[in-house]
Amino acid sequence: MDVELRGITKRFGPVVANDNVNLTIRGGEVLGLLGENGAGKSTMMNILSGLYSPDEGEILIDGKPVVFEGPGDGIEAGIGMVHQHFMLVPVFTVAENVVLGVEPTGRLGYLDLKKARAQVDEINKKYGLRVPADELIENLPVGIQQRVEILKVLFREADVLILDEPTAVLTPQEVEEFFGIVSALRDSGKAIVFITHKLHEILAISDRISVLRQGAITGEGDPKELDEEKLAEMMVGRHVSFAVDKAPAQPGEEMLTLDGVTVLDDADEKVLNGVSFTVRSGEILGIAGVQGNGQTELVEVITGLARQNAGKLTFAGEDISHASVRDRHFRGMAHIPEDRHRMGMVDSFNIAENMALNSYYDEAYAAPFGSINWPRVHETAAAFCVDFDVRTPSVFLPGGSLSGGNQQKMVVARELERQTRLVVASQPTRGVDVGSIEYIHKRLVESRDEGDGVLIVSSELDEIMGLSDRILVMFEGRIVAEFDNTGGKADRNQVGLAMAGATGGEAAA
Amino acid sequence: MADATSASIAQQKIESSGALRARISGGVLIALAVLVLFVLDVAAGEVATFKLTGPRDAIQIPNLVVPGGFNMLVAALLAFLGARLFFRGGGRWATMFIGIGLGIAVLAFLVWADAGKSFNLTGMLSETMVRAVPIALGGLAGVLSERVAVVNIAIEGMLLAGAFTGALMGSLLGSWLGLVAAVAIGGMFGMMLAALVVTFRMDQIIAGVVINLFVLGLTSYVTSQVFAEHRWMNNAEVFRRIEIPVLSDIPVLGPMLFSQNIFVYGALILVGVATYYLFHTKGGLRARAVGEHPRAADTLGVDVYWTRYLHVTLAGMVAGFGGAYFTLGSVGRFDENMTNGRGFIGLAAMIFGRWHPVGALMAALIFGFADSLQQKLALLNTPIPSEFLAMAPYLATIVVVAGLIGKARPPAADGQPYVKE
Ligand SMILES: Nc1ncnc2c1ncn2[C@@H]1O[C@H](COP(=O)(O)OP(=O)(O)OP(=O)(O)O)[C@@H](O)[C@H]1O
Ligand SMILES: [Mg+2]
Repeated sequence: MDVELRGITKRFGPVVANDNVNLTIRGGEVLGLLGENGAGKSTMMNILSGLYSPDEGEILIDGKPVVFEGPGDGIEAGIGMVHQHFMLVPVFTVAENVVLGVEPTGRLGYLDLKKARAQVDEINKKYGLRVPADELIENLPVGIQQRVEILKVLFREADVLILDEPTAVLTPQEVEEFFGIVSALRDSGKAIVFITHKLHEILAISDRISVLRQGAITGEGDPKELDEEKLAEMMVGRHVSFAVDKAPAQPGEEMLTLDGVTVLDDADEKVLNGVSFTVRSGEILGIAGVQGNGQTELVEVITGLARQNAGKLTFAGEDISHASVRDRHFRGMAHIPEDRHRMGMVDSFNIAENMALNSYYDEAYAAPFGSINWPRVHETAAAFCVDFDVRTPSVFLPGGSLSGGNQQKMVVARELERQTRLVVASQPTRGVDVGSIEYIHKRLVESRDEGDGVLIVSSELDEIMGLSDRILVMFEGRIVAEFDNTGGKADRNQVGLAMAGATGGEAAA
Repeated sequence: MADATSASIAQQKIESSGALRARISGGVLIALAVLVLFVLDVAAGEVATFKLTGPRDAIQIPNLVVPGGFNMLVAALLAFLGARLFFRGGGRWATMFIGIGLGIAVLAFLVWADAGKSFNLTGMLSETMVRAVPIALGGLAGVLSERVAVVNIAIEGMLLAGAFTGALMGSLLGSWLGLVAAVAIGGMFGMMLAALVVTFRMDQIIAGVVINLFVLGLTSYVTSQVFAEHRWMNNAEVFRRIEIPVLSDIPVLGPMLFSQNIFVYGALILVGVATYYLFHTKGGLRARAVGEHPRAADTLGVDVYWTRYLHVTLAGMVAGFGGAYFTLGSVGRFDENMTNGRGFIGLAAMIFGRWHPVGALMAALIFGFADSLQQKLALLNTPIPSEFLAMAPYLATIVVVAGLIGKARPPAADGQPYVKE
């Protein structure tokens, strides 16, 4: 099945998200779609799936124009979309999520979950997805949730699959398996649109690449003739440096020390098991590890969002084991959370308000009678937007209307544009385009050079290897290995092995 | 490097949050044990007599006679359960321990109040059922609308409108048509609420309050201005009890469940149907999806607005039915503000029942029990003022909710309007 978008234009108030876009999608082919944050990729695909309606232009399926009144029509026409932000009901089981909207039923509207389960398992088998049909979504790791999204689309027998940044939350192993699934789908004749900010991924899997800039298609190419540098230039319009540019670290006094920190989950299992380490001022310590090995809990304990069940935390020589979040914040701790929607921002607040979330009570914003000096908040936010290249026409728009990557930049800007002593950054560049990754990395290194301790937690091994001066590997709630990475000398393979749980490594002693 | 620290950790006692809850609940049970032992003590010779069957019942069973020593036993058991929870944590059994503990504490209270007297237990249970009905129906209406994420404060007003319409139309056209009219008017207010909050995105709380005030004002006006003059307009025939053959002869359960009017049967059936609908049909699945993650439902072609309209209207109809109970199911006459906050108690029952129809019914029964207990205690002449006694079951409810139920989670999108695009 071939799909053609012709002259699509979509505006959100003053923002032209798509500007007269033409795009063709063919069966049996993976089309890689690339573009900066806010370029209009998600908007265009939402139009194709029927969730948004275009202001101008038309969609043709096999040459015939179609009009979608809603996502139901898109599904009917064989177009399925995996959204950038998961569209799963956390308290439903996999089977319930998959069949929602096209439920197999018996008499009296009886929901035939047994049949649903069987159908899910059938697709599981056909494409090698291995998703447990009866598990609740909220109990599944994101990698599996991602597959549930794909299952949903396949269940509806879609011929066109739109995958909007499906790999943003996957581990390298999961990405590899995911590519296996995508190839199988392509070989079975489906048309696939694949959106990502990871250039090596797009080179590895696509048959054709289109680049979107400021709402318009600005380039197309054959992945065999392109490389990462060229792609980055096509996207951003300038040369992008992938290597992090930094001088050797000059570690100073101890900034943060964890001593035997242990955390239990609801089932009384140890999710953090006697974790001890130190972050010094002037160094970047990277925590590598496959997601779900205790990193989330580690960051929550350090920032005060959760309490450790045992162990001690020391910040610049003072015990903060029981300090409140605000107290830690006042001591100079910055936190870039891993899930911006859950912890980093308020969707319905405007951008300026979001950027003042950690400082509205500061002296600098004080106005008479305990009110807030809003003009100043707005000015500051506007300046942050320029610094961090947050693409928006105004700081008065709701934070939730920003594109995914720009939301991330908004959060990072708020946290780093403050006097800090320790930066705790969890997945700091999730969903961010290459140009902005370069900038965020530069800012993290600057924080280090100003004498901050910097703790990076990331499942992105490249990010850890490129940024850190020292690397710890977490596995099943423990620190299992430590590597010195001065001048990038740590061995990537060794780190990878430790992440997979192999014992050994330099610091096992 | 890690060895030294991990060794020291092994010796530290690690306490989890579950353990903390068990500790608090254990403390509460021990406190109850002390209360039962010293305040609710019954002299050894005294007995409490509970009548289970009346003189005219088909099957007679002997009275339940509880000796005074019973409360000592309860105190001992409470102390044991409490101590266990406190020192060892309950593990998987914690919830059951707390439930048993609270249950026997209430029993001990009844024995104490009834010591040396005799008390019609079956009558009270049957009364419990009757009093629970409007609350259960209010709670069910709440479940139906909040499951699609519309907060329904207007249940109180819908009950009142149902009561009023039932009385008026029942007087003019007969009870059955009165009942139909009550259900219809409830549905109409449901649809109105849906229009306000879904289409016009008015604040859900304010929309509910507006409906409540409107209904209260209008019905009070008509009652004082029209009904006062024309009594015949406010004098409907009441639905009689329907004895279900055979089943109604079962001792205790018979009078409670099988010798009631259509409102009690209706409430039980509606709870069953709603449970089946919400959790075993495709419509129910879609409704719950709309309440949890409307955008996800939307991307799968489920019409969020239509789903909300439908369920809030259905909720209104259920509340209208519940409202008719006040007039057609009990006195046949409408009085100003006669629902008197039952709609709000219904909402509480919905929360205590964790947004589940059966849960809401159970919670409503606890409230109904409290209600009828208060009435009976007044007759028993206990030394404590009856208003004060009436608080005990509510207190117990709070403990039940905090200790037994733990974190109740409303539908994730509850109260939030859905905006397309
Ligand atoms: N619902 C909305 N309301 C207002 N503006 C919006 C809305 N959705 C998107 N926009 C704006 O449209 C533009 C394109 O956004 P879109 O989400 O399509 O970008 P994207 O290419 O997917 O970016 P990213 O890589 O960061 O996900 C952005 O400027 C964004 O702020
Ligand atoms: Mg996007």
